[in-house]
Amino acid sequence: MDLGYSKEENEFREEVRNFLAENLPERISEKVRLGKRLGRDDMARWHAILNERGWLAPGWPAEHGGTNWTAVQKHIFDEETWAAGAPRTVPFGISMLAPVLHKFGSEEQKRHYLPRILDGTDWWCQGYSEPGAGSDLASLRTSATRDGDHYIVNGQKTWTTLGQYANMIFCLVRTSGEGKPQEGISFLLIDMDTPGVEVRPIILIDGEHEVNEVFFDNVKVPVENLVGEENMGWTYAKYLLTHERTGTANIGNSNAALQRLKKIAGEQRKAGRSLLDDPYFAARLARVEIDLEAMKTTNLRILVDADAGAAPGPESSMLKVKGTIIRQEINDLARRALGPYALPFSSEAMDEGYNDEPVGPEYANPIAAKYFNNRKMSIYAGSNEIQREIIKKTKMDL
Amino acid sequence: MDFSLKDDRRMLQETLMRFLADNYDIEKRHGFAMSDEHFSREMWGQFAELGIIGALFPEKVGGYGGEGVDLMVVFEALGRHLVVEPFLPTLLAGSVLAGTGNIHLLEQAIAGDRLLALAHGEPDSRYELERVATTAVKKDDAWHVSGNKAVVLGGKAATHLVVSARTSGEQGEEKGISLFLVENRESVRCRDYATFDGYAAAEIVLDDEAAELLGEEGNGFPLLEEAHARAITAVTAEALGAMEVARAMTVEYMKERKQFGVPIGKFQALQHRMADVLIEIEQMRSAVINTAGHLGDTPLVRERYASSAKYLAGTIGRQVAEEAIQIHGGMGMTWEYAVGHFAKRIIMIDHLFGDTDHHLERYIALGRNG
Ligand SMILES: Cc1cc2nc3c(=O)[nH]c(=O)nc-3n(C[C@H](O)[C@H](O)[C@H](O)COP(=O)(O)OP(=O)(O)OC[C@H]3O[C@@H](n4cnc5c(N)ncnc54)[C@H](O)[C@@H]3O)c2cc1C
Repeated sequence: MDLGYSKEENEFREEVRNFLAENLPERISEKVRLGKRLGRDDMARWHAILNERGWLAPGWPAEHGGTNWTAVQKHIFDEETWAAGAPRTVPFGISMLAPVLHKFGSEEQKRHYLPRILDGTDWWCQGYSEPGAGSDLASLRTSATRDGDHYIVNGQKTWTTLGQYANMIFCLVRTSGEGKPQEGISFLLIDMDTPGVEVRPIILIDGEHEVNEVFFDNVKVPVENLVGEENMGWTYAKYLLTHERTGTANIGNSNAALQRLKKIAGEQRKAGRSLLDDPYFAARLARVEIDLEAMKTTNLRILVDADAGAAPGPESSMLKVKGTIIRQEINDLARRALGPYALPFSSEAMDEGYNDEPVGPEYANPIAAKYFNNRKMSIYAGSNEIQREIIKKTKMDL
Repeated sequence: MDFSLKDDRRMLQETLMRFLADNYDIEKRHGFAMSDEHFSREMWGQFAELGIIGALFPEKVGGYGGEGVDLMVVFEALGRHLVVEPFLPTLLAGSVLAGTGNIHLLEQAIAGDRLLALAHGEPDSRYELERVATTAVKKDDAWHVSGNKAVVLGGKAATHLVVSARTSGEQGEEKGISLFLVENRESVRCRDYATFDGYAAAEIVLDDEAAELLGEEGNGFPLLEEAHARAITAVTAEALGAMEVARAMTVEYMKERKQFGVPIGKFQALQHRMADVLIEIEQMRSAVINTAGHLGDTPLVRERYASSAKYLAGTIGRQVAEEAIQIHGGMGMTWEYAVGHFAKRIIMIDHLFGDTDHHLERYIALGRNG
């Protein structure tokens, strides 16, 4: 056993740090630090900067623009980018669609779509969930009916994250009603500018427009936009779920959030002393830090095994459940740390140009909103209940 | 022992519940919360007419109730509808006025003709009641107060502010805090805003503001503490009402929402969690009954029950709010579906008058003294 980072790994960390110091725009990291709104342009700009360095899609095969990093390197990169206040990269094209294309896409699809993900020509969103098909995704009803060299798509997707910015959506659609529900699903790429596609906002409890409903009314999609074989979409979707692991544990995110929390707690005063010296708060903080430290190792153990070729299994479910619980706990402590100043809230203050003096400490405004927004983490990407079901089914012979 | 409500309280409850059912649906509520003042003056007038404001105060000061059980009945109902009108600030400031015998102004407030707020918390007082840095000085027989007040509920709309200020002693001392009445005139600088859950509050700057001493100089702390015990009874009852609604909505949703061909209510993992939620809400109700029932007791007993209830409102509230959102799935995350707004109120109540940790620590300290 050797828990230390190697010399090469430490050098790599240094390289990442230097890169971030030189290239991460302060305007963007400042917004991340203060919990201000990031617009499409901010995200696109960060993608472009990473792409220029060749670091936008570390997980891809090298010939398509991947980095060939080891699991430990990916972990280091994740940790450092979050710590520096970089926005997360938008996962839909880079880490959700691309792995499916790499494995199941046609040469033509790879040649066409992969470069456009990297250079930002296409902004992808994920069209899986429907009003009636959430946890039971296989019950989805959006239909694609073959008509000559097109599919005609009808139905509705929902909870489509950042769909308002997207020009492309990858969808699971029903192409057959025969057999088990899983057997009639196909994986289809749809241009959102096609007539009959309509996007409507859904406002979340924090008042933000983050997700959407997407309606399809007789939308004509060329058959060459089918990925792989017809009726095999479920297999591809499942492949994606077990394949894409980096990030599910939210380690880098939680780590950065914990550091910010400590800073806040250090500035907050309870009966005249720092909140860090308050035994009640300190105990809460210690508990989550202990959890996170163990989680870092759990995460690395799993990633290193996967690097060595271990078959994908329910491990990503473990990472998802515990990782989101930790992240949400940090959100909870942040609101606690603020005391009464968790209460004031101004939506305008989340805009970049907002220059009024803040109410309370400058970091306070988004904290309660963030606590509520991150309740999504235990709901999306397969709810934590569904992850526990997977663990139960695959790890225990009950 | 008898835990049932007496006839007059039951009538109060029925009147208020009926009025809210008819006049205060969630859409209207959002309309009031998002208006300029973050509440409706018209609604406030109607509450006054119905006698609901008066129910918060005893007869000898112009009200019709004022006992713990009155607060419990009224605020549980308000919590069930997420009522945004300034009941809490009225209760806080009004309790001080009742204690200092300023009956005339209180009567006007009960009639809905004046609005009151308590300007007590300060930018670095957190939840400590005795941390008052605002000062008051006497010049030519007239008092003047100066200082910053933070997160003053209902601060902007109030016609009169009850202000805590130090007339002697150090920042953290109970002794030396005095209470003053300040007219909320132009010169009082008020920065108003809505809280995350939609209630009006303000940051207030007082700069040598003319003030009238309320009660005894240097002896305001016991009154403040009692006013806060009453507010804690109220706000824990409000949380209880919101929790009951969140639970009922979640159970309903579990029956309606189908996944995997069955209502999600069929999943044992969810059933057991909602059984726990039900158990905990019963605990919450008992804690509210305890604090309501001991409001008239000695300060030590009263405060221990108040801290118990507030501690539980924080811990149980988090459980109820988070389960309600989680079990609703994506729906629980939306603005449009009401359950998230109940969750928001329940959680943000943890930030009023001391959170879980504050009251746990306080409970221990009170035990040591008792
Ligand atoms: C902010 C946000 C962003 C999202 N972004 C996207 C996106 O970009 N693209 C996309 O396709 N989808 C997206 N989703 C959708 C997300 O994947 C679904 O919300 C999720 O799958 C849950 O489905 P549901 O909301 O319908 O809840 P339901 O499936 O109705 O579940 C309700 C509750 O029942 C529980 N439950 C369900 N089945 C079981 C069971 N067998 N045992 C125990 N408990 C069970 C669930 O865990 C949950 O607590 C997003 C969701 C949110 C909240």
